[in-house]
Amino acid sequence: MGGQGGGVLTDWIVALAEAQGFAAQSTSVPGVAQRTGATIYYIEMLPPRDGVAPILSLMPTPGDVDVVIAAEMMEAGRSILRGLVTPDKTVVIASTHRSFAVSEKEVPGDGTGDPRAVVDAADFAAKRTIAFDMEALALENGSVISAALFGALAAAAVLPFDRSAFEATIRAAGRGAEASLRAFDAAYARARDKPRDDVAAVPRKRLDPLPDFAGHPSLDRLVGRIRAEFPDVAHGLLFAGVKRLVDFQDVAYANEYLDRLGALVVRDREHGGAADGFAFTVAAAKYVAVAMAYDDVIRVADLKVRGARFARVRAEVGAKADQIVYTTEYLHPRMDEVCGTLPKRLGQWIEDRPRLFAALDRLVNRGRRMRTGTVVWFASLYLVSGLRGMRRGTLRHYRERLHREAWLGAATGLLSSNYDLAVEALKCRRLVKGYSDTHARGQSKFDRVMAALPLLAGRQDGADWLRRLCQAALMDEEGLALDGALKTVATL
Amino acid sequence: MAERSFEREVQDLKLGAGEIFRGEGILAITKALLQSGVAYVGGYQGSPISHLMDVLADAKDVMQDLGVHFETSASEAAAAAMLSASVMYPVRGAVTWKSTAGTNVASDALSNLSSGGVIGGALIVIGEDFGEGSSIMQERSHAFAMKSQIWLLDPRPNLPSIVKAVEDGFELSEASSTPVMLQVRIRACHVHGQFVAKDNQKPKHTLREALENPVRDVNRIVLPPANYLHEKDKLERRWPAAVEFVKQRKLNELFGPGEGEIGIVMLGGMYNSVMRALQQLGLADVYGCSLVPLYVMNVAYPLIDDELVAFCSGKTAVLMVEEGAPDYIEQALNTILCRRDIQTRVSGKDVLPMGGEYTAPVMLKGIREFISVHARTLLRNQPPVPDPTPVLNDPKIKALAKVVPPRPPGFCIGCPERPIFAAMKLVEKELGPHHVSADIGCHLFSILPPFNIGGTTMGYGLGPASASAFNVEAGKRAIAVMGDGGFWHNGLASSVGNAVFNKQDGVILVVDNYYSAATGGQDIMSSRALNPHRKTNNSIVKAVKGIGVEWVRQIDHTYDVAKMRDTLREALTTREKGPKVIVASSECMLNKQRRVRPQFLKAVKNGERVVKQRFGVDEDVCTGDHACIRLSGCPSLSVKHTDDPLKDDPVAAIDNNCVGCGNCGEVSEAAVLCPSFYRADIIHNPNWWDRFVHRMRGAVIGWLQRRREARRIVFAE
Repeated sequence: MGGQGGGVLTDWIVALAEAQGFAAQSTSVPGVAQRTGATIYYIEMLPPRDGVAPILSLMPTPGDVDVVIAAEMMEAGRSILRGLVTPDKTVVIASTHRSFAVSEKEVPGDGTGDPRAVVDAADFAAKRTIAFDMEALALENGSVISAALFGALAAAAVLPFDRSAFEATIRAAGRGAEASLRAFDAAYARARDKPRDDVAAVPRKRLDPLPDFAGHPSLDRLVGRIRAEFPDVAHGLLFAGVKRLVDFQDVAYANEYLDRLGALVVRDREHGGAADGFAFTVAAAKYVAVAMAYDDVIRVADLKVRGARFARVRAEVGAKADQIVYTTEYLHPRMDEVCGTLPKRLGQWIEDRPRLFAALDRLVNRGRRMRTGTVVWFASLYLVSGLRGMRRGTLRHYRERLHREAWLGAATGLLSSNYDLAVEALKCRRLVKGYSDTHARGQSKFDRVMAALPLLAGRQDGADWLRRLCQAALMDEEGLALDGALKTVATL
Repeated sequence: MAERSFEREVQDLKLGAGEIFRGEGILAITKALLQSGVAYVGGYQGSPISHLMDVLADAKDVMQDLGVHFETSASEAAAAAMLSASVMYPVRGAVTWKSTAGTNVASDALSNLSSGGVIGGALIVIGEDFGEGSSIMQERSHAFAMKSQIWLLDPRPNLPSIVKAVEDGFELSEASSTPVMLQVRIRACHVHGQFVAKDNQKPKHTLREALENPVRDVNRIVLPPANYLHEKDKLERRWPAAVEFVKQRKLNELFGPGEGEIGIVMLGGMYNSVMRALQQLGLADVYGCSLVPLYVMNVAYPLIDDELVAFCSGKTAVLMVEEGAPDYIEQALNTILCRRDIQTRVSGKDVLPMGGEYTAPVMLKGIREFISVHARTLLRNQPPVPDPTPVLNDPKIKALAKVVPPRPPGFCIGCPERPIFAAMKLVEKELGPHHVSADIGCHLFSILPPFNIGGTTMGYGLGPASASAFNVEAGKRAIAVMGDGGFWHNGLASSVGNAVFNKQDGVILVVDNYYSAATGGQDIMSSRALNPHRKTNNSIVKAVKGIGVEWVRQIDHTYDVAKMRDTLREALTTREKGPKVIVASSECMLNKQRRVRPQFLKAVKNGERVVKQRFGVDEDVCTGDHACIRLSGCPSLSVKHTDDPLKDDPVAAIDNNCVGCGNCGEVSEAAVLCPSFYRADIIHNPNWWDRFVHRMRGAVIGWLQRRREARRIVFAE
């Protein structure tokens, strides 16, 4: 057994076996002290013979294990890699939920391991697999995962004990028995009825179909434009983009987006995009929307003060109806952000005067904890979000626009010579994300990757190389992997 | 106060004759000590023997009834020195620690103890932290037994054998005037099993009687010329006495047939694994019947030459099974046979690996190789042995290795040490990387991702001492980190005192989490809890000032990342010379939650107004860069994939295990990360004033929200 809840489960299984007249022995090996390293538990059980107790091993023999219980998906993978799962013997009982390791979480991109690899491996290596989200099932029943795992173990019918003996064990353990039994029952039923969950690498992206009526004539016109002016394959992302931009700014801004995309789709068609499934237009639909809905102070304030957000927070923290919830936001505005939000010329005027800028920065640059549920703080965020009407005139907007056009220009310029590379150039936009320093770092990675375009333009495999550069840029914070990849590209 | 209550286990200590004890190996040892009439027990906590200390700490009434004195020693050295009570008086004493780390610390006292010898039985229970799950360097404690002439017991890993070893150990100690070590490995400490209990015994001779009737004998003190007499006494009287006792009491065991072509000699601790391997080779059954003669050394030291000779004589070859390097016993066995010109071949580390844990496959492979060379015919009816290699060699499984991430240990949810290292990371970004000497304790996890801070670890309380060479003119200062456990264990004198005396111009960061946290949350000198049996609340700051440190800063809330960062920066850049000591204090969250959570739940149940805090992430605002995770690594702060088609990377997410420590907010504020974090204050059982204010605020806020929504043209969700 590995993962959360192993201690309780071990005690239960040993108690169960002993109650049934077996000699049972459990051992555990904590992963470094008793802290967050994964503890592995191992149990052997056998009836005594003529009063002679069996000699039980303190560790599993790979290839000689009847049941492997994993309280997390990758934990099952670890057991398989240790050779504990073999087709002739082993029943695998695993919860399919994930608890990501630090190495998966800390990556600036997506570092999560693909659980399907574990499913494939388990299907190959195990005699039988029971795998569903036992964590969620336990929570639904107000209990913890050990109860669900115990239920699945009973349903697996590998141990020669009746269900009632399992239940009696939980009851005998006392505390929280009612909730444990509920989770046990649910897991038992689930393991019998549908022992396997479909496991996906990532949840599907939500691409809504174009609606017939959007609820407002101007919105209907936007939808109509998507339908009329663009190839079908891009409709999903265009609709997502339009929704985002209406939400970010207004209907006119979404129209601007469609105008820009319209120009791009023309170029795409000219260069045989139809044959490539309009890959250029599809990528543009996504990344131009992301670029146009940049993360500025106004947007953050806007998202923080919405009624829907208040409701979502309540749900996320699991607040009951009679409880009151207040949120505190941790904001740290700097003069950079303030200048960005000022009208373009004023912002630039201040930025051109470093001493003034520094003096103002001293006033502004500090962490501010805003209690959004109180009137004064709410009102101030509400006012900032109200600056939306002036957004098009801000310094930040001006800069975003320049940056966007330079990027689109570069990508479009490649269409004639290297279509695939042009598509990848659009996708590089993924690197620009975050706020303040993080944003600057993303921007610089983006710039460095884009600077490699001239080297790649003439190459057939240019797109592959650019994709590799992007992947490298998302591997670590400092861009060490990117440095290496860029060196390789320079030597091509 | 240990992090776990051992109330139930304490009940097990009261079991009387004939009752069945069910539980962990280390707790069986605890019970066995009481059954042996021990008069005093001491030790220093550490995996895998912490529970022994914890149970005794919780078992005051039992101990009082029996008249047993229990002490939480300041270090293993202190514990070993405690055994000196058995030097002049016939009182039985036992001490315990993690080995070899603890034995290293204790070795000064152990050498003195074993030189003079003991009258009362002196037992040292060592948790051999070797093999999978170990947290220390891989060494054998065996060497200490040999060099100091302390007897070493290594019983078969089942509860009755372990309990018997404790009882035998005291008698052996008394019969040979020599301290005895009882070695139990990690798995044996944690093994669940049962044994038939005996009544607890009051000590035959008490410490009180000893104190009131002092005895002294210059010949027992390690001073010339007595030290030369000790050496003689050890070799000429105590050693033969021990050998005689072991022989007579048959502490070592023989299994299997009396005669055989080959045989296996093993340490007791290896017995179950050897039996499993023999079983898989078809040479034994699971109930202990073996076709191969077995000599099981429950006494690892001294060797009983006669028994070994008798076992080996007439056999073509024997296999010596001992774990770890060097192969002390194999060498000794060769010498024994060689001196008597016995031609039995000794196999051992030639077929078994020199180092590493003897896991089931390793044991199987070694024994099979030994038998196939020396008694091939035995393997004729060999059943198919379990073999996962065809599975492991499949491409599907090989592909898995690239996907499954390692799961290194890290700081717990809400750990107060996390913000300290986040602050250190921030300082590193400003001033560049520094040499960081680490110590022993939870803080050592800073060496691993995501922090990757800390260059060396040299021993408990030795962090700052291990930076002492870097006391030269340079553009940067060395940083040394040490926990409060290490500080009181050894650090005050060896590290801080050393730094003061040598005018060490570095930074010493003492991480004070109110407990010896890594070993299970035991109280130490500076613990803040009031412990009726110990004097706690001794200030670390006063101690370092008392020893002569001039530059001292106390931070009482480590979660204040900005203050932590500024203090560190000051320490690294101030013109002041000499050691700069920062004491960063906040309660270990694991222990705090165990203390606070029941109180909180009770308050909620009683209808009292209480506020619970936790953090969350606005996923619309989060852009999925995970910079926050690189400054945290909190198990509760994770990532999740969204269904938003415009987002490529997973966003940060905080789960329901969040304890609201504040680190996420503080870090994103201090590092100017991003505005996605929020803290939610959930008011349970709000009073009328809360409800009134909330209604008023809700009215204004709700009106503004509705006003805007009404004007906004957006697609319906």
